Amino acid sequence: MDLSLTEEQTMIVDMVRRFVREEIVPLEDNLDPDADELPPEKLAELVEKTKEMGLHGLDTPPEYGGPDIDLVTRCLIAIECSQHRAGLYAPCYYAFGGARQAQLFEATDTQKEKYLYPMLKGEKKVFFGLSEPSGGSDPGRAIQTRAVRDGDEWILNGTKLWISGADRADYGLVFARTGGPGRGGVTTFIVETEWEGFSVRRVVHTLRSAKYATEIQMEDLRVPHENILGEEGGGFAIANDRLSRQRIPYSAECLGVAIKAHEMATEYSKIRETFGAPLSHRQGIQWMLVDNEIDIRAAKLLVFDAAAKADRGESFRTESAIAKLVSTENSFRVVDRSMQIHGALGVAKDLPLERWFREMRIRRVGEGPSEVQKHVIARDILNESLR
Amino acid sequence: MPVRMDKPWEPLNENSLKTVASHLGVYQLANEAGDIVYIGVADARTLFGLKGELRNAIASPPAGASQFRVEINMAYRTRHAELLQAYKHDHGELPIGNTDIDERMLGRLRPAG
Repeated sequence: MDLSLTEEQTMIVDMVRRFVREEIVPLEDNLDPDADELPPEKLAELVEKTKEMGLHGLDTPPEYGGPDIDLVTRCLIAIECSQHRAGLYAPCYYAFGGARQAQLFEATDTQKEKYLYPMLKGEKKVFFGLSEPSGGSDPGRAIQTRAVRDGDEWILNGTKLWISGADRADYGLVFARTGGPGRGGVTTFIVETEWEGFSVRRVVHTLRSAKYATEIQMEDLRVPHENILGEEGGGFAIANDRLSRQRIPYSAECLGVAIKAHEMATEYSKIRETFGAPLSHRQGIQWMLVDNEIDIRAAKLLVFDAAAKADRGESFRTESAIAKLVSTENSFRVVDRSMQIHGALGVAKDLPLERWFREMRIRRVGEGPSEVQKHVIARDILNESLR
Repeated sequence: MPVRMDKPWEPLNENSLKTVASHLGVYQLANEAGDIVYIGVADARTLFGLKGELRNAIASPPAGASQFRVEINMAYRTRHAELLQAYKHDHGELPIGNTDIDERMLGRLRPAG
């Protein structure tokens, strides 16, 4: 098995690394340590540069104007893009294009004209409304938002929680129950945020400052029947493959932060002296660095294994779950150890480590907690027919 | 935590600052009538957090501010955005002193009440 990079991949990694170091990191000297966005004019400048690089719209399929790159290369880019203070949740401040609502690629032609293309052009913002106060990991059972048909319209009532960016979105994808219990009773609706009956009630404050969550309330919100995305009752059937694919670069982003934290800890251990010798001479510190190295390498192999399987067109559900589980857990430990090596400086806002620590903690919960990933892996192990 | 700050106002003077520490967080300034004239944030770039920001406000009070209230909050960025959005929902515009805010960066909130 050859794990070396191709000439093209090496060139792309070098180009993105230079972009992060020369364009992104210097900007952060003048931003609040918790900042997650740039003034629109500055962002537009950076977007022009990523377009010149041929790498804008990373998660957009080539048939819709995105770059034609495989998932392994996408992961290599993700590892580079997250290596700055805001990089975990705002990689390069979205200069490569923000995360897309993959389900909209499955929309009807009319829906694409109205909702997909404006999103791809960056003219409109979209939110993803799945989780509710009753839960997010098992939405098939947890969804209580109800949609009842009334002629050519549906009337939606319910509450959504932990929804990123709904307060700034123009429309969103809302999952609501149109039938009985279970996944088959859930339908996806495209909902415009200006419609009567749609409200963003509050910001949900968490450890994370970037892409904060909100709480949405829908009270007798009328949605045209033509705004159903996919089939009635088929809310979960659309774009599952695309969403599973997106989870792999998500895992790679964690690795980028871990690599940077480890690099900082290694350098610091060489210059920081205690009791007459550099930290790097202490076995306790050396073992922490060794554990970092092993955690990073192990997670990296699993992320690229998942990406390579997806690129080969093989089943990659188990691999994707393992990559997500191991990359988030390992990267969290790497950041934690790197903070420890930095001592008091590690917990100060002077360095990015404290922000990475907070945000990495969320990664162990977001996009399916570690325990849910284990549940998926166990199901596949026990059911041979799915392997 | 309510969406809108509802703590009592304190007079904006050095004496009142004795009870304010240099934490990070958000604050509001009001005129004599209790109308909010500025919603501010003491972020990690501020030299002495809320105390430093309020000291600056005493030196040059924005829009005739004479009272203040603070909230210590490590989620100061999201809380600042929330307070600004809630005010805009209630009044249709930002406080008169908030000429430092780029409204394109704000969302739309419709808090209850």
